[in-house]
Amino acid sequence: MVTRNIGKAMGVLCLAMGIFLIGVGCSGGSNDGDGSESQAGNAGSGKLSGKVQIDGSSTVYPISEAVAEEFRKVQPDVRVTVGVHGTGAGMKKFIAGEIDICDASRGMKEKEAAACKEKGIEFIELSVAFDGLAVIVNPKNTWCDCLTTGQLKELWRPESGVKQWKDLNPKWPAKEIKLYGPGTDSGTFDYFTKAIVGEEKASRADYTASEDDNVLVTGVQSDEYALGYFGYAYYEENKDKLKLLGVDSGAGCKKPTVEAVRDNSYAPLSRPLFIYVRKSAFERPEAVAFVKFYLENAAELAADVGYVPVSDEVVKANQDSFKGALSK
Amino acid sequence: MSTKLDIYTAKRRGRITNLLFTSVCFLATVTCVIVLFILIWNIILQGKSWLSWDFVDSFPSRFPHKAGIKSALYGSIWLIGLTALFSVPLGVGAAVYLEEYAPKSRWRKLIQLNISNLAGVPSIVYGILGLALFVRALALERSVLSGALTLTLVVLPIIILASQEALRSVPDSIRRSAYALGATRWQTVWYQVLPASLPGIMTGVILALSRALGEAAPLIVVGAMAYVPFVPERLSDEFTSLPIQIFNWTSRPQEDFHHLAAAGILVLLIVLVSMNAIAIFVRHKYGKKIRW
Repeated sequence: MVTRNIGKAMGVLCLAMGIFLIGVGCSGGSNDGDGSESQAGNAGSGKLSGKVQIDGSSTVYPISEAVAEEFRKVQPDVRVTVGVHGTGAGMKKFIAGEIDICDASRGMKEKEAAACKEKGIEFIELSVAFDGLAVIVNPKNTWCDCLTTGQLKELWRPESGVKQWKDLNPKWPAKEIKLYGPGTDSGTFDYFTKAIVGEEKASRADYTASEDDNVLVTGVQSDEYALGYFGYAYYEENKDKLKLLGVDSGAGCKKPTVEAVRDNSYAPLSRPLFIYVRKSAFERPEAVAFVKFYLENAAELAADVGYVPVSDEVVKANQDSFKGALSK
Repeated sequence: MSTKLDIYTAKRRGRITNLLFTSVCFLATVTCVIVLFILIWNIILQGKSWLSWDFVDSFPSRFPHKAGIKSALYGSIWLIGLTALFSVPLGVGAAVYLEEYAPKSRWRKLIQLNISNLAGVPSIVYGILGLALFVRALALERSVLSGALTLTLVVLPIIILASQEALRSVPDSIRRSAYALGATRWQTVWYQVLPASLPGIMTGVILALSRALGEAAPLIVVGAMAYVPFVPERLSDEFTSLPIQIFNWTSRPQEDFHHLAAAGILVLLIVLVSMNAIAIFVRHKYGKKIRW
């Protein structure tokens, strides 16, 4: 009695697994056909299929995701995937030839460019948007509206002696500054340290670091004497909980508005965001169509997700390098 | 007289200790339940208005109202299906060998020790191994197959240990009676020992698979994607999974995405609870029929 039931149960289990396997096999077979069709299709015309793989910065991710989502409406059979493993990790995959496009919240480093050359990977750099870094404090902070780049450097440099607000300005309270900032894997961290301290990755270490910007928002929001920095989009979404500081680099106090970020008067904390495209990807029509679509729509979609669109000259420069890469 | 008194105080003291210990244990239980309840209540409050059929049947989107978890849900189902396919035969087979066939030698002890240790290795370590072995060395790329193989590594030791425990709980008298009736070793294992331990094995397997379902760390390392607007159709396809999609949503600046994440957690919980329900059902149904 027992054995018969068990046997039945095992039979059902085997059957289920069998069906699963057959399903896998069948769908695999039917799709191989689609792959070859895409080779025959021409760039930009007709229905395309195949895949485009993107990975890299979490800052650029919202733009790439938006473009991928819109592109799917035009070319539903092209499978665009976007990962968020960080600029550094994205570059490693790009150099290994595992992805077609790398999202980057900083320019490619010389070391990375050299590695690409060594591996024979040619690429083009396209600037897709601008992002401002926001320096923020708690809304209860009434004494501070603006910091000079000198003060920021004093505050964030390695082995900084600044412990209390009055160390920055004698008129400010003798209370400890609680610092919040992105973790060391983040492109935002690289950019901030380079722009403010002067050397990439040089930062004091006694601050609360998180790769998740929401943690930073919550931290600054709950502490009257806190100060932090992160991408402007996160401030935009939490305006009511945070106070934005202006940054004075010698030409007066500037807040990161759209104009100030774009015309670079919010220096040095506005930065361009890039995508790097492997040239050999342009042998595939779906990749050509996708990059073309990216460039055409980046401005509008970047604004949608909280970034500052690039200026018309940059758009033109992008188009030129894209066409240059295609004609080769 | 005095001894009588001593016994009386000792008895009373014993009663007080007993009462204290009982209340401490009770408090511990209540604390766990309350914390769990608050957690689930919080998630339900945040996520329930976002949970709908559209949510389950849509691909991710940058607009919270249009976003859904279809690709993540299918990705998770694929991963779990494949992981079960790989890990159950391997795990149960290894357990049967170790318990029923392997001679009690130093080698067996060594293997046993290793399996116990492997069960305690953090899953991200398996992720790194999976990246080096499946993604790079075997060139399976960042596919659903690599993900499932990595998860197989994560749950295999757990399945082996649970199955061994279940096999060990079958009394030796069953085996001896089978042999006495002239059954071969194969017949004894297949017709007596395995069926008797099946409820235990199934419970272990389903709990292990539930754990695999909730894993995010090894999959991130192996290369699960964040934005996948399609359902995996073959083994080499890219994938995402429920925990990864939830993680992605919680790190967005927009509050609405945090609610979406809560709704995603609800879906994950529903899948987990139904898997555990199957485990309970199986144990109940087949456990009752076994009579020695």
